[in-house]
Amino acid sequence: MFAHEFMRNALIAGTFVGLACGLVGYFVVLRAQVFAGDALSHVAFTGGLAAAVLGLDILAGVFAATILGGIVIGLLGDKAHADDVAIGSFFAWSLGLGVLFLTIFTTQKSAGNGTAGVRVLFGSIFGLSGSDVRTSVALSLVACALLLAVARPLLFASLDNAVAAAQGVPVRVLGLGFLALLGLVAAQATQAVGALLLLGLLAAPAGAAHRLTAIPYRGLLFSAVFAVASIWIGLTLAYVFPTLPPSSMIIAAAVGIYALALAATSRWLQPGTVT
Amino acid sequence: MPEAATFQGLSWNPLTDLHELFAYQFMVNALEAGTIVAVMAGVTGWFMVLRRQTFAGHTLSVIAFPGAAAASLAGLPLAVGYFGFCGLGALALAGIAGTRRSLGAESAAIGALQALALALGFLFVSLYHGVLNGLDSLLFGTFLGVTTDQVVVLLVVAVAALGLVAIAARPLFFASVDADVARAGGVPVNALGFAFLLVLGLSVAETSQITGALLVFALLVTPAATAHQLTPRPVLGIVLSVALALAVTWLGLALAFFSIYPVGFYVTSLSFGLYVLVRAGRVLRARLRATARLALEAA
Repeated sequence: MFAHEFMRNALIAGTFVGLACGLVGYFVVLRAQVFAGDALSHVAFTGGLAAAVLGLDILAGVFAATILGGIVIGLLGDKAHADDVAIGSFFAWSLGLGVLFLTIFTTQKSAGNGTAGVRVLFGSIFGLSGSDVRTSVALSLVACALLLAVARPLLFASLDNAVAAAQGVPVRVLGLGFLALLGLVAAQATQAVGALLLLGLLAAPAGAAHRLTAIPYRGLLFSAVFAVASIWIGLTLAYVFPTLPPSSMIIAAAVGIYALALAATSRWLQPGTVT
Repeated sequence: MPEAATFQGLSWNPLTDLHELFAYQFMVNALEAGTIVAVMAGVTGWFMVLRRQTFAGHTLSVIAFPGAAAASLAGLPLAVGYFGFCGLGALALAGIAGTRRSLGAESAAIGALQALALALGFLFVSLYHGVLNGLDSLLFGTFLGVTTDQVVVLLVVAVAALGLVAIAARPLFFASVDADVARAGGVPVNALGFAFLLVLGLSVAETSQITGALLVFALLVTPAATAHQLTPRPVLGIVLSVALALAVTWLGLALAFFSIYPVGFYVTSLSFGLYVLVRAGRVLRARLRATARLALEAA
């Protein structure tokens, strides 16, 4: 399995993407902003296709769109939490735009590949080149470093917004910055599992971690480990059974881990603990 | 769009254009289906926004995609897949909501469910080898292939679902606005919540046959959100929501007919444009009132 370069590239890039997704996902679930992640994943699709239509680098389009999208979502909400209805309206529209770009792209460039849309939607982790991997590793590391740098105040602000604000934590800036960071990670994950599936990588490992422990730093660790493990399991499955798409298998692994965590902490198994 | 070549696009005479619009059977079917779907999405969407279940609604709409993909894989009619999976999805979502955990945990569960649905959908499509065109239309819909039979099925389901909503409208409204008081008043809040998710699932399954799994949400959430911005009164709000959904669907279909761009783009852009206008209008009015009050106090 490790003899193939595409497989090595996929594993290296996947590991770092998983790490970033796991860490950011933990906060996403803590802040109950999974819906914002959902919205960003759709914005990523639009950005990628817009770049494809304009003849620019798809990845650049995805990055620009998700980071901008994160900021827009942050601005749409109030101080405490984002407004789901406003986010929903915004991303429904961004999907509409995405469809427009998809149509323009497939009608204009009929000679080229019509698969760009599918690649952006569902990822192409087996198609990464060496330089793709380096960019992806570097950006994931930047995202992780940024997140860990603000982890303490962000944790405070996420757990009790009002008290944190009273203590002088810049809650609003942190919230906006976090959503922009979420955008960065979403763009990263788009490469690995595609715009539509990245939500699973954000929500499922983090959801499992939240079920298993209430201690923040242990939860962060669990979430990152689960995300990286899902990527490895998914990639191995897709390698062993070539008909199975890698992104689906990654998400299946992540949801499997989540289901195990649910079962392990279920009330019926441990009658003493009530969640 | 292959049919676009058979006529010369927009003329300067609106009556000929209108005539052109109804000249094709597929277009008449599309307009009928669009009307049914818009009414249903308008009503259920209004309750969805009221109940703050946008994420659940979006997840249901995404579940329509693996449903359709599974149906094509198994060689069944698409409608079976849409309705079957959306029903199952409603069950799962009701299960998640029933556990009453924290907001974050609940949204993580919904997110995991949604990702699983999408992953399944992509898996089915990969197994089916059903070429990329099929994938695009499952995700983004097509209004060109609506048959008369489909319109009849849509109508029957819509009437049944809207009938349910009409019967339960008052208690559902009560339970949505204040669940605890409603429960104390003897309203079966949990059962109502589940029933509503089922109706929402039906509505989504209907809509996604026309707009595709990814764009259902536009018809479900945006007109309803606009209506909620305009009025807090329930009956007026529902009427407004339906009217807006109808308007954007008709306009979107007509625009898509006369151009090469997809209907989903027009429907989402029109509804989002309206929403932004209404929100901006509200902010502006609040500002004007505030300045007027200040001027009064100064005088």
